[in-house]
Amino acid sequence: MANKAYQKIYTQLEAITKATVSLRAEGASNDELALVDGRLSQVVKTKGSLVTLQVFEGTEGIPTNAEVRFLGAPPALKVSDELAGRFFNAYGEPIDGGPEVDGETREIGGPSVNPYKRKQPSQIIPTGIAGIDLNNTLVSGQKIPFFADPDQPYNNVMAQVALRADVDKIILGGMGLSNDDYLYFRHEFEAAGALDKIISFVNTTEQPPVERLLIPDMALTAAEYFAADKNEKVLVLLTDMTLYADALSIVSNRMDQIPSKDSMPGSLYSDLAKIYEKAVQLPSGGSITIIAVTTLNDGDITHAIPDNTGYITEGQLFLRNDPDSGKVIIDPFRSLSRLKQLVQGKQTRDDHSQVMNASVRLYSDAQNAKTKLENGFDLSDYDLRCLDYAKDYATELLAIDVNISLDQMLDTAWGLFAKHFSKAETGIKQVFIDKYWKE
Amino acid sequence: MKTTGIVTGIVSNLVTVEVNGPVSQNELCFIIVGDTRLMAEVIKVNGRNAAVQVFESTRGLRGGDKVEFENRMLEATLGPGLLSSSYDGLQNDLTTMTGVFLKRGEYTKPLDEKKSWTFTPIAKPGDKVIAADWLGEVKEGWLPHKIMVPFSFKGEYVVKSVAPAGDYTVVETIAVLTNAEGEDVNVTMSQKWPVKVAIKNYREKPRPYRIMETGVRVIDTLDPIAEGGTGFIPGPFGCGKTVLQHAIAKQGEADVIVMAACGERANEVVEIFTEFPELIDPHTGRHLMERTTIICNTSNMPVAAREASVYTAMTICEYYRAMGLKCLLLADSTSRWAQALREMSNRMEELPGADAFPVDLSAIISNFYSRAGIVVLNNGQTGSVTFIGTVSPAGGNLKEPVTESTKKAARCFYALEQNRADKKRYPAVNPIDSYSKYLEYPEIREHLEERIAPGWVEMVETAKNLIRKGRDAQEQINILGDDGVPMTYHEMFWKSELIDFVILQQDAFDAIDALCPLERQKYMLELVLSICSRDFSFKDFEECRNYFKEVINILRQMNYSEFHGEAFNNYLAKLNNIVKYGK
Repeated sequence: MANKAYQKIYTQLEAITKATVSLRAEGASNDELALVDGRLSQVVKTKGSLVTLQVFEGTEGIPTNAEVRFLGAPPALKVSDELAGRFFNAYGEPIDGGPEVDGETREIGGPSVNPYKRKQPSQIIPTGIAGIDLNNTLVSGQKIPFFADPDQPYNNVMAQVALRADVDKIILGGMGLSNDDYLYFRHEFEAAGALDKIISFVNTTEQPPVERLLIPDMALTAAEYFAADKNEKVLVLLTDMTLYADALSIVSNRMDQIPSKDSMPGSLYSDLAKIYEKAVQLPSGGSITIIAVTTLNDGDITHAIPDNTGYITEGQLFLRNDPDSGKVIIDPFRSLSRLKQLVQGKQTRDDHSQVMNASVRLYSDAQNAKTKLENGFDLSDYDLRCLDYAKDYATELLAIDVNISLDQMLDTAWGLFAKHFSKAETGIKQVFIDKYWKE
Repeated sequence: MKTTGIVTGIVSNLVTVEVNGPVSQNELCFIIVGDTRLMAEVIKVNGRNAAVQVFESTRGLRGGDKVEFENRMLEATLGPGLLSSSYDGLQNDLTTMTGVFLKRGEYTKPLDEKKSWTFTPIAKPGDKVIAADWLGEVKEGWLPHKIMVPFSFKGEYVVKSVAPAGDYTVVETIAVLTNAEGEDVNVTMSQKWPVKVAIKNYREKPRPYRIMETGVRVIDTLDPIAEGGTGFIPGPFGCGKTVLQHAIAKQGEADVIVMAACGERANEVVEIFTEFPELIDPHTGRHLMERTTIICNTSNMPVAAREASVYTAMTICEYYRAMGLKCLLLADSTSRWAQALREMSNRMEELPGADAFPVDLSAIISNFYSRAGIVVLNNGQTGSVTFIGTVSPAGGNLKEPVTESTKKAARCFYALEQNRADKKRYPAVNPIDSYSKYLEYPEIREHLEERIAPGWVEMVETAKNLIRKGRDAQEQINILGDDGVPMTYHEMFWKSELIDFVILQQDAFDAIDALCPLERQKYMLELVLSICSRDFSFKDFEECRNYFKEVINILRQMNYSEFHGEAFNNYLAKLNNIVKYGK
């Protein structure tokens, strides 16, 4: 940002909206930063000499004669090992009272990895949660969101997953985080004694929404430094991406763009993909794994934000309150890890995928039985056994408070099969039945 | 003299350029930013202002930056060496790029100009030739790659000379042709063709008359796709679109496969990069990669190049079709391509159609699908391009513009269903909603009877009917309860479950079950239908359920076993035993 090609100061704004200002200026470059009345802004549109700037802090109180100074460079972050253990705001400025970070200046939102140079993800990230490890195994280099209703404990589950995962760095990108949640993360990280491997970029609800647009790029620029330059395994947590998308729609709306589905900008898919696709397994051994949170409106996944997210990410983890077991579970039907087959049976036991499929299929039979019950029909013996199984399965495996090893999960599942079903009813390949069936 | 211009407006990757001379629609230009040149394409002209879509990030671009126009459209380079290559949407070779990260403005050559190929002439001096006629041949892997008169040549030419058999690079002259005006033209082994224009140098395009085997039961048995046909696979995320497409790519009965990863996940392409070089083509026993070209413009790569990627892929297929080869084009996903069109249309502030898509979306899609087809070449041989696209409907709702427009254009419809995917019944193709219009073609029906078995189409229809009846029965059971319906309803339901579990479901990750050749499909369908045709008299529905569960279990084990192998035969004996004495 120090490189100031020209330092002309403008003092005549032509238009002001809630998120943008426009003025006549010469030679402004696309994506360049500027200061409008001292507030950080970015060039988003040029038409002839009319330049439109997106003002991150919002435009409240900006007068038409505000001073505008162009900074000659796009947003950037100073990267070095000094980032570790620190808390920053959306602009990459420390908010923990510590000193400025010294390091190389990197533009944020940089280029993508050449797909041909990527490596196939192949390392399991165990979490101890059976709803994840058994049914939706995480793999390093993967990108996956939690789909959760606002009242569900997604931030807790995410913090738990992060702290159990075997990674070199954890980078938190908090967007519209409530102050309480911010302090919760801080406390959890400190309590785990893991602060030195954690870097946080935080925008809280107290701060302007448009600032959030910088958070993912800041977090991922830091992640790329550690993954590509230092060959480290990096886990990036992004919460809450719904609030990020909302900020996108605010800006596009102020720029008079035609909204597509659910008042989201037509470019939502590309905008989200640019973030999530930073997840990568690099040839040098470094990797970036992204776990995000997309909050839903009453479980509606057809809304443009979760819908586009689902098409980009490698699966999704669905949290659900299960009335039978009284616990929050990872929904086995709607959840999916697309990369699971890269490690299942390879880094895990050979019966993994068959056990997973059979247990979910039987759980689905239980749902059918439940429907019959609700409609007032008599249940068959099989239905009753399915219902018993479902309760055990939810409590012993699906609940998020489970913390056991993968082999224990598989053994638990075989135990449940034997307890409730005959061999043929499980439909599992004979070789595995012979090997693992618990008489 | 080339037309030049200066940048006057920038919104994301849409740039307005004031020009000083003629420009044409879809003409290429380069925007000069410092020492990099960014490729862009004209998409609209208004007076002296041309709107161009930039194939790269426009960060740092300023008003006043210089633009040079190229007086040509976006072209694909065609010649030996396309197969087993990996390109981006603009046909830059991804493998020869430097660095782990993509560099803006780095363009690489599609073909290796130093590699030599062993050329054998076909044409002789004095031969009269027109565009797309074969001049010679090189072996590309195991495929006979024909060197043709460039498609852009108009009128008749006389062959003046053809290079003798020997090794040549793609840039060396291998023939000299004389045109009607008596001018000599040099021809090399490579040529260029604008990707948005269909290659039409063939004699005729008949209706498809034979099927393309995919090894996927739910396609080949129930709703087969024709060679030269079109199909599409819509489905919400997580329903297995990509797994199904990869299965077709691995097993499809084709000489050449072009996979266009259009705006999808990079890791899915990495899977192809990693697995295909290892996998063996079941039809030829050669490595899959030898017959595959990958066009990869993942979702984080520039959006305009995403639009170009499907056209580049189609052009490569049409090129191989002109050699008399069977080509299969798979595009995942055409919705991303449509979204790329929407983004540009939005930025140009055009009046939007449904869901803010451009109003001509439907026309663009059907125009693209129409480039597929089986053709009779000028020399009487046939070649084909079969096209299967996936569609990612917003919110999983099939009543959205891309699905609806595609439905009008494609002849096979493989609807993936959330409900089936939730139950892990993969491939999650809904057997009732899906269709193949080709089954209505008398020539296809005849071909099926001849190729598979007499009475085959009737058997397929019987199976479909049983599925339909089973669904109805299931609904009745759900409404009236197990005891509220006659036993025949349970029987009907379980017969449809038998077909579902044994024929429809297929384990794409099991080495044996993943690929089911037509012969085996015929065997299994006959076996299953022979069980379904029996009259049972179960005493209660528990007995009916247990019986079918047992039968299903054995038949599934058969699917997992080598065809007619020892395990397979043992299961068969066990099955016969149950079918005979069990009831």
